[in-house]
Amino acid sequence: MNPKDIARKAYYHPLRRNIILIIIFVSFIPLIVVSSGILFQMHTIYQEKVRMHLETLVKKHKQNIDHFLVERQNNIAFLVDEYTYDHLSKSENLAALLHKLQGTYGRVFSDIGVVRADGEQVSYAGPYLLESAQYNDAEWFQAAFQADTYTSDVFLGLRGFPHFIVTARRFENGQPWILRATVDFLAFNDVVENIQLGQTGFAYIINQTGALQTRTAGRPVLEGRTYQELFRESDRLSEEDILSVIRQDSSGSELIYVAGMLKDNHWALILQQDKRDAYQDLNRTRNIAILVFGLGGIAIITMALVLSRGMITRIASADQEKEIMSQQIIESGHLASLGELAAGIAHEINNPVAIMVEEAGWIEDLLEDEAFRESESLEEFKRALAQIRKQGIRARDITHKLLSFARRSDSRVDQVDVNDLIKEVVSLSAQQAKYNNVEIDTRLLERLSAIRASQTELQQVLFNLINNAIDALDKQGGTIEVKTWQSSHSEVRFHVRDDGPGIPEANLHRIFEPFYTTKPVGKGTGLGLSICYGIINKMGGDIVVSSKVGEGTCFEVRLPVNAPEPSNENAAADKSYKP
Amino acid sequence: MNSIANEPIRLLLIDDEEDFVRVLTKRMARRHIEATPAFSGTEALQRMRQGDFDVAMLDLKMEGMDGIEVLKILKKMVPELPIIMLTGHGCQVSAKDAMANGAFDYLSKPYDFEDLLEKIREAHRSGKDAR
Repeated sequence: MNPKDIARKAYYHPLRRNIILIIIFVSFIPLIVVSSGILFQMHTIYQEKVRMHLETLVKKHKQNIDHFLVERQNNIAFLVDEYTYDHLSKSENLAALLHKLQGTYGRVFSDIGVVRADGEQVSYAGPYLLESAQYNDAEWFQAAFQADTYTSDVFLGLRGFPHFIVTARRFENGQPWILRATVDFLAFNDVVENIQLGQTGFAYIINQTGALQTRTAGRPVLEGRTYQELFRESDRLSEEDILSVIRQDSSGSELIYVAGMLKDNHWALILQQDKRDAYQDLNRTRNIAILVFGLGGIAIITMALVLSRGMITRIASADQEKEIMSQQIIESGHLASLGELAAGIAHEINNPVAIMVEEAGWIEDLLEDEAFRESESLEEFKRALAQIRKQGIRARDITHKLLSFARRSDSRVDQVDVNDLIKEVVSLSAQQAKYNNVEIDTRLLERLSAIRASQTELQQVLFNLINNAIDALDKQGGTIEVKTWQSSHSEVRFHVRDDGPGIPEANLHRIFEPFYTTKPVGKGTGLGLSICYGIINKMGGDIVVSSKVGEGTCFEVRLPVNAPEPSNENAAADKSYKP
Repeated sequence: MNSIANEPIRLLLIDDEEDFVRVLTKRMARRHIEATPAFSGTEALQRMRQGDFDVAMLDLKMEGMDGIEVLKILKKMVPELPIIMLTGHGCQVSAKDAMANGAFDYLSKPYDFEDLLEKIREAHRSGKDAR
């Protein structure tokens, strides 16, 4: 990589990086703000919706369960109101009533019995052998005799099977007794167990001590800390209130607990669901949003990359064009200053040469006089003076050529005789060619059509081509052939061919590229041929190169006799030279 | 009326290159041309007021008043005077400018002496015809 490429890279890389960053920044900021705003809003709304849904569900089931419990109590209360102690203390009467109850409500009541204040069950109807059973040690016993109606927690009791009882208290001759009915655990459990929500949502009932009142099929339930919190909270709440909390369980996953109080705040119906499960739809939506965001981000980044590359390419090509143009201006400027220099030199030389020639002429005049006529060296004098005159004329020719070159340092379109131009450029390059052991062979077609072109520009092309050819021969000497010919009336062709080392095929297609040079650093700008190409193209012509390694290189130029009118691109260059 | 052979041609030679003017004056004298040197535009105008001339030779580029300026004034003073412009500059633009301002002809330095003589004689003839 040459230093120019490195410098260019150092300039365009940060530029491109900045463009990319700006595009990404400007696109991403609103995207992030809007998306996160929408996501947050959606999240809040959805959470609220889920909470409401769960609360409604709990409220509904709480009412169902409350209703179930109240109804069971009413059933029993009705019996004690309706029947006397004597009637109920007979087991067969109880059996008839149980049968009736089961007929009406299904197998909700599994057994029924009358218990006296001393704890003895005086009568019993049901599947167990519990007649005369002693209950004064049972947990529910005291509580049952202190209230008109009572519903116990679930317990195993004498039968060793989870159940709970409903009691109603009455007095007989001032002595309290109770009618006790066992509610079938399975029947009650169904009321709660049927509540299923999503993959992980289920309901259960828990009492104040944290004991489960329904089955949970082994699934982990509310942890101690949380239920205590819940019941503490419940004191301040009315029956209608529903509590909801989100807590982490021991495994670290977040769970939503929604609780409604039952049985005078002794029980709580808890609906529990894994947060991830509850928010599944929300999470899915969020994932889709993230996916869309990600894809949008990729699209933005791709766009930033593509756009920046396109922009950099355009900027680079504009910069390059500008650079070529300024190089062209500089080259024209060089030609212009060369022209000014030539004009100055011509003037400075012409005057002394004129004086020398005149003085020689004066001596010739004097030699005409009698005194000199007899001189032996007269002829030699005359030869020498003729030589002075001849060389004076030669000097004049040279300065006139220089002047004519100077006069043409502009890009005005004129009738140009390509042959004349070639002769002029060749004569100006002759010295350099001679120094490099190069012979320039011109083969010019007589009566070549004049073309409409800018003399200066065409001169520049010829200079470049001939100088390149001389450089290619690299002091080892050789021949350059400059040939003009015509294959039709509308086109003039010329070529500059050298028998130098030639150009490898790999480099040949890059030869007209700007800044492409094989010359050592500092020797060539790599613009000569690209400028030639530009000039010939502007004239509506064509320049092609053919080369063979070891045989030489040939640049062939085809120019239309009637060139298109030039644009004003070179106006600045035109102005830079004033003869 | 004077014949060309008898009467010398009176030439006003205007150029700031003194060496050039001197050698040319001597050479002209040998060819029956009476050259009066003037080394600047101002001097030329002075000589013109003092004497009568058949032809003038005027350098285009001079210190002070330049050739074109002098040409314009001379042409105003003596419109029929043929003036041959000389230029060391070889610049056709100024030469053409001079022609447009009434110069008879122009020559680039260094010129062929015979060409110059021919042009002077021609100018003399045309000047006489004009008078």
